[in-house]
Order: sequence, then structure tokens, then C-alpha cells
Amino acid sequence: MEIPYTVEAHPETGLNNGKIGIWLFLTSEVMLFGALFATFIMLRIGADDWAHLKAEAELNIPLATVNTIVLITSSVTMVMAWASLMRRQLDRYRLFMLATVGFGCVFLVIKYFEYTAKFAHHHYPSTNTFLAIYFTMTGLHALHVIGGMAFNFYYAVPGAKLWHKNPQWLTDRVEHSGLFWHFVDLVWIFLFPVFYLL
Amino acid sequence: MSDSHHAVDTHHVDIDKHVRTYILVFVSLMVLTVATVGVYYIHMSPAVGIAVALFIASIKAGLVACFFMHLIDEKKLIYWVLGLTMFLFFVLLFTGMMARAAHQVLPT
Repeated sequence: MEIPYTVEAHPETGLNNGKIGIWLFLTSEVMLFGALFATFIMLRIGADDWAHLKAEAELNIPLATVNTIVLITSSVTMVMAWASLMRRQLDRYRLFMLATVGFGCVFLVIKYFEYTAKFAHHHYPSTNTFLAIYFTMTGLHALHVIGGMAFNFYYAVPGAKLWHKNPQWLTDRVEHSGLFWHFVDLVWIFLFPVFYLL
Repeated sequence: MSDSHHAVDTHHVDIDKHVRTYILVFVSLMVLTVATVGVYYIHMSPAVGIAVALFIASIKAGLVACFFMHLIDEKKLIYWVLGLTMFLFFVLLFTGMMARAAHQVLPT
């Protein structure tokens, strides 16, 4: 039996299954990161020596700025991949999708250098509350980047075969994968000033 | 963006318009990122610094959500779901803060 409303919109909601599914998933993600942001605020307003703990952590602002630029650029390549499918340009689509995955790799490599610098100075999640919430939130965010990259790579290479069978379905799937990727970008937009600048 | 707009065969003109918007949003996000870092190096009180940084971050998040995530042209159901989520998020945020304030006021 064929699953209904994979491509066509449900008459009640005006949305297909994938669109509803990804937005419901993203709302759960809002609550997940929301709980952690709330924890951050509670820890910050409850700590007497937060500025001292933050200064001690010696976070690398230039590297984090580069990472912000990398992630924003990856969001643009993601929407350009979707736009390429809408223009029926499969080769350009693959190029933009792989560029998105590539930017994700750059982000993780920079994060790796940041983390190893912290470990070299014996700064671990167990060192103090600032580093505990810093590693928890940026680590969880990095896991989301890895997850997004896996989906984007799948749709760029093996999953792109769907184009020859049902081009609209692939276009919708890429849009939904893009929604997740932009959400990951959106979380970083808040993590960057909260941890590095404030 | 509604699903009826997604017919791959058509809407090339629409897509060109979208792409121009994406590039404009990208430039704005870059400028705002520079502004965020720039504000950090300007000496101001912590409260003002936090307010300015979060204000810029909110504008950036709004641009990503509205244009890259197509929320500017989405179905009503999605708005309702997101509205409820944001409400619950703020409940989560303020419950903790109110509990802390109550704890400070009440004798222990």
C-alpha cells in the first residue's frame, strides 16, 4: 500500500507528511536547546564569579567568528541546492549540497582545534560550571552538525537517484533537510554571543 | 512556502527572486556578525552589552527563519505549532527564574 501525502499536500493541513514531520521534530529541538539555554541563564545569574570562570576558559573569539561565517555560508549553499532543484539543475544541486557538507566539515575541524586547545590547558567539562555548560551545549550542537551532514551527504549522492523517479519528492526532502540545517545554524547564532562575547 | 508552489517544472522567475533574496540575507547576516563582534570590543555596561548582543542575534535568527526556512510564507498550522512551542519555551525559561526569585525572597 502506498503511503499517502508524501508529495501532495494533505487537504486538511495544506502540508505533506515530510513538512509536518520535520517541523514537529524541530519544535522538540527548540525545547531541548531551550532547556539548556534556561540552564545556562540559571547558572550564570547564580554564579558569583562567572566573569572569572569565563576569562579562565580563554575561549577563542576569532576562531568562533570564523565558524559563525562558515555556518552562515553553509546555510546559503543549502538554500541554493534547493533552488537548483527547483530550476531542474541536478549537477549544480549536487555541487551546492557537497559544498554544504564541506562547510560542515570545516566547522567541525575548527571545533576540534578549539576543544584540543582546551584539553591541552586541562580545561574539561568537570573543571567548572562554565566549562560544563559550554562543552554540553557546543558538543550537542556539534552532534547536530554531524547528523545534518550525514543527511545532506545522503541526499547529495545516493539519495539523488530519486530525482529520476520523482523529482518533486527529492526537492521536498532537500527542503526538509535544509530546515534542519538552518535550525542548527540558528542555534549557533545564539551560542556564539552567549558563550564567547557576553 | 506552500507545496502548491513547489511544482519543479515552473516558477523559474519565482526562484530567481528567491535567490536574490537569499544573497541579500547572506550579506545582511555577514554585516550583523561583524556588528556582533564589533560591539564586544566597545566598552559598555554588561546589561547594555547583553541586550545589544541578543538583539542582533534575534535579528539574525529572524532572517534565517523567515527567508532560509521559508517561514515568511508558510501554512497557518506551522505558525500555530511554533507559537505554542515558543510559549512553552518562555514558560520553561521564566519558571526557573521565578522559582529562584521566590527562593531568595522566602526565608530558608
